[in-house]
Order: sequence, then C-alpha cells, then structure tokens
Amino acid sequence: MSEPRFPVGAAVQIRRAWPPGHVRAPWYLRGCRGSVCHIVGEFGNPEEMAYGRYDGTKLMLYRVRFRQSDVWPDYAGTPQDTLEVEVYDNWLEPEQAEATA
Amino acid sequence: MSDSHGHSHPHGQPHPFQPDIEDTPLTHHQLLELAVGELLMEKGIFTGNEFRRTLEDIDSRNPADGAKVVARAWVDPDFKTRLLADTIAAAAELGVDAGTIPIMTVENTPNVHNVIVCTLCSCYPRLLLGLPPDWYKSRAYRSRVVREPRTVLAEFGAEIPDSVEVRVHDSTAELRYMVLPMRPEGTDGLSEEDLAKLVSRDCMVGVTLPDSPSK
Repeated sequence: MSEPRFPVGAAVQIRRAWPPGHVRAPWYLRGCRGSVCHIVGEFGNPEEMAYGRYDGTKLMLYRVRFRQSDVWPDYAGTPQDTLEVEVYDNWLEPEQAEATA
Repeated sequence: MSDSHGHSHPHGQPHPFQPDIEDTPLTHHQLLELAVGELLMEKGIFTGNEFRRTLEDIDSRNPADGAKVVARAWVDPDFKTRLLADTIAAAAELGVDAGTIPIMTVENTPNVHNVIVCTLCSCYPRLLLGLPPDWYKSRAYRSRVVREPRTVLAEFGAEIPDSVEVRVHDSTAELRYMVLPMRPEGTDGLSEEDLAKLVSRDCMVGVTLPDSPSK
C-alpha cells in the first residue's frame, strides 16, 4: 500500500466540485470540513470503473468524520452528533482557510 | 361452507387485477442486466443453474445470521474483539459466509449510537442481514437520516438521550456496515440462542434498540 496522503486525524475538506456522471462523494458534503478517522485502503476508482475504464491504478479510500453541525448549519440534534463517510482521495483536499473555501 | 367457491359477490364484475410483472415497462438498466446475463450464459461463463443458485442463495439470507454473530459477541469478549477487527472472518467462525465485500461492525456504547444508511443507493450487508427492507432504499430514509437522525430514530421508536452521540454512517464506497447493539438489561441468565432472538434486523441497522426480554 502506498503512503496515504492524509494520516488519521488530518483536517480535510471535500472538494467543491460538481462533475457530471458516476460520482461517489455525496452532494451534501461538497465543501464540508471533517477529519480523517480511518484509512480503509486502496481500491480501483469506481468513478472510472463505472464506465469500463480501469488501468490498474489504485486510489486511497478514507473514512472521514464530520460534525453534523458543520454539515448542516441548522442541525437540530446535539453538538456531539457526527457523520462518518467513505471518501476517495480524489475528493479530498487539505482544509483551507474560510476565505478560500 | 357448502360451496368450494367460498365468496358471495356476483360474478361478471371482475376484480381489478394486480398488474403482472411484464405490465410495467423495463427500464434501460433492467434490459441491460437481462442482456448481459444472457450473453454471459451464451458464452459459457456460467450456466443458468449457477446463476439461479446464486440468486437463491442471496435471497435465502436473513437477519438470523447477523443476530447469531451479535449474540456471540455479547457472551464472548474475545469474539467481539475479533468481530470488530474482521467481521467476515469472525462470522466464518460461526459458519456464516458473509461474502467478500468487507463489512465493518460499529459498536454501540453508552456514549455512541450508530445508524447505517447509503445515501447514494442502497448498500447493505446483504449476506449477514438478508435483503434490505424497502424503507432502507426509500429516498425519505436516505435523505432524512443524515439530516435529522434523531427525529428519524424517534419515529422508529428509539429515543436516544442527548448525552449520547448519534453517529450516522453513510455507506458510499467499499465497506458495508453492521451495528453491534448493546446487550439489553436483564439478560444475564439468557442462553446465546435466546439472546439472538432479541436481535432484530432493525437494531443491526441502528434504527432501533434490541427488545428487552420482558417485552
């Protein structure tokens, strides 16, 4: 396994991008900030494989934990509630300052 | 009853029929699935009987397999450790074939309550829990449980105290998830088999809690 770009605990955010086609990063998380809670391993890129394209390259898959209050500004639960989602490396970037987000 | 045709409405006015399967048009992807299946059989990749047997095997799976795994984890802490580390291998110890797609067991504790969803489609640990219920695949569940999990859980009858973190797992990629519920109070004397009876499908999805034995 190659070295993960983000270690467990790293602050990350989901890219703000809206490409067409078979996409595995849920829409509601685009631009959201969270932290890596688990490195799952390397897998073929499903966004390419869905179209029959697979050249053997592997993509790191992470589980990212979000605070619900960071995902939904008007979240009605309690502040400690969380959401954990599997996200491929191509959708992650280091957390950026507010101004550039 | 004197008449084997035991109902009394007048004939000549037929019931409205439930449509046959063929009366609903096939979608593009259903057609594609049929075509690919037929091609694979024509090319001898697998036989019709092998295909049928696989479908039958998938359809025969049910939540009892998951319940067996949960009950063992409740009585055997070492098994629980192995289950949390590698669910497929732990299930195999009990003779349960949980397939090849990695399954992650997430443990409920006094501080965390876990619930599973797949917002993108309907990913579900089918080989441990059987086919998912229709509500699991509904847009209402998929969109609401990530947005207002406590409200959805309350509708299923699970009131989670504010002191407990509700953790939603959105199963978007390579893993499938199963919730390991907490063992209910008042079950100290129960056998592993009786404990398994308290473990419902829905508590392994995390939308509810196991019944206590008094219920």
